[in-house]
Amino acid sequence: MASDTVLKAAASPETVQPFAELGLKVDEYARIREILGRRPTSSELAMYSVMWSEHCSYKSSKVHLRQFGEKAPYSAALLVGIGENAGVVDVGQGYAVTFKIESHNHPSFVEPYQGAATGVGGIVRDILTMGARPIAVMDPLRFGPADAPDTRRVLPGIVAGIGGYGNCLGLPNIGGEIVFHESYSGNPLVNALCVGVMKHEQIKLAKAAGPGNLVVLFGAKTGGDGIGGVSVLASETFNATGTAKRPSVQVGDPFTEKVLIECSLEIFAEDLVVGIQDLGGAGLSCATSELASAGTGGMKVALDGVPLRDPSLSPEEILMSESQERMCAIVEPKNIKRFLQICEKWDVTATVIGEVTDGDRLVITWHGEIIVDVPPRTVAHEGPIYNRPIAKPSYVEKLASIDIKVPMPESPSEVREAILKLISSPNMADKSWVTSQYDKYVQGNTIQSQPEDSGMVRIDESTNLGVAISTDANAPWSYLNPYEGAKLALAEAARNIATAGAKPLAVTNCLNFGSPEDPGVMWQFAETVRGLADGCLEMGLPVTGGNVSFYNQTASVSILPTPIVGVLGIIQDVRERTPMAFDRAGLQLFLLGETQADFAGSEWAGIHKVIGGKTPIADLHKEMKLIDLLLEGQSIFEAAHDLSQGGLASTISEMVLKNNVGAQIKISGPSAIALFSETPGRVVVAIESFNVQLLITLAHRNGIACKNIGVTGGNDLLINDTLIALPELRKAYTETFPRLFG
Amino acid sequence: MKVGVVTFPGSLDDRDAARAVRAAGAESVALWHADADLHGVEAVILPGGFSYGDYLRCGAISRFAPVMSMIIKQAQEGMPVLGICNGFQVLCESHLLPGALTRNHGLHFLCTDQKLRIEKTDTAWTSSFVSGVEIVIPLKNGEGSFQCDDETLEILEREGRVVARYLGDDPNGSRNRIAGISNARGNVVGLMPHPEHAIDPLTGPSADGLPFFTSVLTQLVGK
Repeated sequence: MASDTVLKAAASPETVQPFAELGLKVDEYARIREILGRRPTSSELAMYSVMWSEHCSYKSSKVHLRQFGEKAPYSAALLVGIGENAGVVDVGQGYAVTFKIESHNHPSFVEPYQGAATGVGGIVRDILTMGARPIAVMDPLRFGPADAPDTRRVLPGIVAGIGGYGNCLGLPNIGGEIVFHESYSGNPLVNALCVGVMKHEQIKLAKAAGPGNLVVLFGAKTGGDGIGGVSVLASETFNATGTAKRPSVQVGDPFTEKVLIECSLEIFAEDLVVGIQDLGGAGLSCATSELASAGTGGMKVALDGVPLRDPSLSPEEILMSESQERMCAIVEPKNIKRFLQICEKWDVTATVIGEVTDGDRLVITWHGEIIVDVPPRTVAHEGPIYNRPIAKPSYVEKLASIDIKVPMPESPSEVREAILKLISSPNMADKSWVTSQYDKYVQGNTIQSQPEDSGMVRIDESTNLGVAISTDANAPWSYLNPYEGAKLALAEAARNIATAGAKPLAVTNCLNFGSPEDPGVMWQFAETVRGLADGCLEMGLPVTGGNVSFYNQTASVSILPTPIVGVLGIIQDVRERTPMAFDRAGLQLFLLGETQADFAGSEWAGIHKVIGGKTPIADLHKEMKLIDLLLEGQSIFEAAHDLSQGGLASTISEMVLKNNVGAQIKISGPSAIALFSETPGRVVVAIESFNVQLLITLAHRNGIACKNIGVTGGNDLLINDTLIALPELRKAYTETFPRLFG
Repeated sequence: MKVGVVTFPGSLDDRDAARAVRAAGAESVALWHADADLHGVEAVILPGGFSYGDYLRCGAISRFAPVMSMIIKQAQEGMPVLGICNGFQVLCESHLLPGALTRNHGLHFLCTDQKLRIEKTDTAWTSSFVSGVEIVIPLKNGEGSFQCDDETLEILEREGRVVARYLGDDPNGSRNRIAGISNARGNVVGLMPHPEHAIDPLTGPSADGLPFFTSVLTQLVGK
């Protein structure tokens, strides 16, 4: 079939075009015609459809996300902010660190292994594109009920996909979360975080400057996989009767990506590129239009020069393909020879497909005929923006007004049974069935990984400078109160950095929600963004980037609002970090922070299907004082572990099991409140007896409640009169995942 | 003292192996798969990873890399060669060591802190150990189950060529719980677990892996 050229398009305005099938609305199509002054060619239509998709254009979220810029606290550490492939922060000693989370939820439901694998691949390329060597990954995951048949289908595949891809890239997997809740049935969440490190002068940006500079496509050849992944798959609600969406899922080849990483790093080291962009969602459409739009604006590309895996692909398909492991670089002519030499060394296919031009048009040809002639800004950065209707859902007040009742175990046998029930529940149980499928040692710089509060990697072997990262979200809290939920997730992630002794520095996020076309979901989203922006401002932490994933719903049932917040922190000397667990007897255990009866959205309530109540209100000032205390007192802490989901019962169980050293704990008041309440702003620390006075002084100075709750030692967990032998506790904690997933 | 560390496309633990060589006090020299020159190194490490993407079969393509022809030749003449994980697979494919590494019996990739017993200390890579010592170093692979025919197994056991054996839970279903073997001469050793990730308790479970690298130094100095 002959191509639809610009000439033909101008001559045939009446041609009926399949814009709706490509995910464009009537008014969006009309706007494209208005911009071009004619109907778009089929290739132009393909480009606009993917670039104006919710996934790429952030058209429903943009009006809210602006707050991250408007409310941004001043941060001297911020080197590159929102808008680039990933944010970059200064961590000292000339190092810059870049990190970001992205979602790959929809593909992972359709094809768990490849969906999750390419989720890792995509975020790693984003980090690489900044000029950084990727040094670690993390994966926050959400699934439907652990015993649901579909969870047994998607979970093993997703875990194997994350491992299969990340392990083969040589990236240590240092943490993440796995949470089960019925709202994720049919909509599992696969978020992937990557962190990379470089020297300041190595930072690269995605822009095509300098007319005459060459556009080089390098990496894998382009195939027919993932066509329309962002528009057809990620930007629509799943529908039980819809067509099969498997062709929209990309297929990954981690070996090609590993080689691409090493090849790119060698190219960066010789400073051979002016600008660089990876090909992820929306493929070549995105890379060419974004590079041109961020640069001087003009670019011409000969699309028939793109190396193909499948020679039958049409120009529209080539523009939309989301084949993995591809990069697009802008290279000065004087450097192209060396650039191609390095690619040849690594056996990486590299092809000059175009050049930067004067003017402000992106012109794409196909065998000499012009098939695209557009202002790139209109494709990449000036897409539609929607101020979607917002309405507070009726459930919010209704649930908040419920005075929830949870079981209150009191007798030793009741407390014992309750603890075993809690720590064997899928959300609280040992996750090593999953994490043992991930390589945590590769690169030789991993200081901490799951199940520690945060992941920590060393970035300089001679100075022992390191970074720590934690990702957190408490979706049940966000459901009850999205504003507070976002702030509480931020507080928890920051606290999880500080328990190890790292100072929180910057924030990334992945906001997973239902359909933006539902005013109730938009309210959850707007409240979440407002909460996170307010929280970051108060805590002085800049948001460096993030990702929004909408349409996580099946028919009218949406997931719980799940804002995954990632906080990155610095530790000057990783040898001084505080582990989560004590390794010897005779240490004093203190609980920092106050405990209230906070059961709304708690695990204890969730296990008993109790929904409703009021979430805690985030006290970020107090959280910051707690962080100050953790950092000031770091040298006296032998162990420090955050209290969050599952409360003190879960925290202390994890601490005694880690190194098989028991503890004797004294609690007062109702046992259920002491053990299962999830009041935020709390940490258990272990210290030597001779440091007790120092801790009390530090805590007092920072205005943090500090209470001795017991001592370490023995082969049991003893809480008042409740005794659980460690082997029995371990059995309950570790048997759940193997039982469920084999 | 120069110890070469080969980088194949897809090698992952090459920089870790080089770090371990330096920690032991030797100079590490990067060897490139496409370069047949060994640049004067006196010993070679084939590191872990997924060389050539594990396409066809783990190690099957690497075995034909230009650098391997020189390594095979010199190994046959007595040069110390250590293959770790994927490197062990390459050594088996190169017929420098017998047997093959197949998929773990649990069918999952497994990353764990593995307890081993060192059983042979007269190889180029284990002379710093005391025979029978128990160590803990990382094990991380999807295809680490050592398999061979009965006759080969009998020879390996009779000649005392089992360098290390897994203790505790069986991680992968290897015959006779074999974690590592040597050739008859003792200069070529293949090991599934990763000593290069256990040279410092800060970044590994222990420093139990370091003696593998100091052993070869002692061997070369004593030559």
